[in-house]
Amino acid sequence: MSVTLTAALFFALVCYVAAMALALIRLLRGPTAQDRVLALDFLYVNGLLIVVALGISFSTTSYLEVALLIALFGFLGSAALAKFLLRGEVIE
Amino acid sequence: MNELLPPWLEGIVVALVVASGLLSLVAAIGIMHLKDFFQRLHAPALANTLAAWCSAVASIAYIAGATGRPTLLPIVLNVLLAITAPITTALLARAALFRRRQAGDDLPAPLSTTQVE
Repeated sequence: MSVTLTAALFFALVCYVAAMALALIRLLRGPTAQDRVLALDFLYVNGLLIVVALGISFSTTSYLEVALLIALFGFLGSAALAKFLLRGEVIE
Repeated sequence: MNELLPPWLEGIVVALVVASGLLSLVAAIGIMHLKDFFQRLHAPALANTLAAWCSAVASIAYIAGATGRPTLLPIVLNVLLAITAPITTALLARAALFRRRQAGDDLPAPLSTTQVE
């Protein structure tokens, strides 16, 4: 892997981590509960992007399967939280 | 593992990876700085669509170039995101409307002109 690509991957990882930090500020500060769920949703998408970038960096497809699992379970988590905000209970 | 890609392919991968990082950062700045919840709701769509597609195409291009075997897993990943992200957004928007109505705060103007009780 060339120096340019390594530098680009490092830059992207720094960007993702900065984005996660900003979302974490919103999650901690967020005036309402739905703001926090939105920030959590954004956090898992960024974690997924980090895993994909690491998969490029190690040039393996195993990380992509991990990213698939993160997408599935992250959606389950945010959907359950949003449903809880809507109804007060997750399973009716 | 340490195979070098042809320069044009590497240029594409570098541009897509950098674009993905910047787009995700823009989405985070949107989440941080927009005023209202219903405005903030739009910001993560940038990360869910453009940033995810950029990194998916970059990883397809890089893995195909480096290992010689193309993979379609990133496409599956993005299809999954494209299915699930709107569901989360719609549920959150309904929850926010419901909670604001219960709290008696001011709601955004209705889209249709017909009055809904």
